[in-house]
Amino acid sequence: MTIRLLYFASLRESLGTGGEEFTLPSGVSSVAMLRQLLASRGGSWQALTQSQNLRAAVNQSMAGPDTAIKDGDEVAFFPPVTGG
Amino acid sequence: MSVRVQSEAFDVGGELARLTAGRRDIGAVASFVGLVRDMNAGCVEATEGTEAAEATEVGAMTLEHYPGMTERALEAIVAEARQRWKLFAVSVIHRYGRLTPGDAIVLVAVAGAHRGEAFAACEFIMDYLKTRAPFWKKEEGPGGARWVDARSSDATAMQRWQAT
Repeated sequence: MTIRLLYFASLRESLGTGGEEFTLPSGVSSVAMLRQLLASRGGSWQALTQSQNLRAAVNQSMAGPDTAIKDGDEVAFFPPVTGG
Repeated sequence: MSVRVQSEAFDVGGELARLTAGRRDIGAVASFVGLVRDMNAGCVEATEGTEAAEATEVGAMTLEHYPGMTERALEAIVAEARQRWKLFAVSVIHRYGRLTPGDAIVLVAVAGAHRGEAFAACEFIMDYLKTRAPFWKKEEGPGGARWVDARSSDATAMQRWQAT
């Protein structure tokens, strides 16, 4: 189970990476579970569970904590948008 | 219907002409152009007696976006507007990359039979774009570069459409 992770804007800068290929362990099947797993890396990664307003998108659609994740998905995390 | 995400500048007059070219049924075109200002958002919110804003001037800003999702999000917003109002043509152009004060960032142009739906749909698209399209602004000021915070007033502006 491999997914593509993407990070944008201030989150990308604080993590020091724009994305990665990620092997999803069995049992990790939702956005909330993925956040927990990434946050366990410590340091800046803790923002994934501690920052209230970090948004998530799965396959380029806005996602909530219960949104399912499956093999081949593209999952992105980013701060609230500020375009326009 | 046209959605474009690009780094290059756009010509508003040319875009509006393209929107109505060859058509005789369009009675109204409403358009919005968003520009880079030379002062930052913190400056606007600082009022007399409160703490001064960190930076007062913006020399430039860089817009980052999420290629792929950006286009999808904008197309979904336009589709939602077309469900609410009878629209003849819509054009949305949003730029990314480094921009300086005075540069146009975004164009939303809507054509319909009458001004009512054109005005409303134009504002609707902008309000949704502000909270749903994955763009992020980073401002360069005298104190260095900083990411712009999302404003709660933008969420409020979008939410009023959900009540109607």
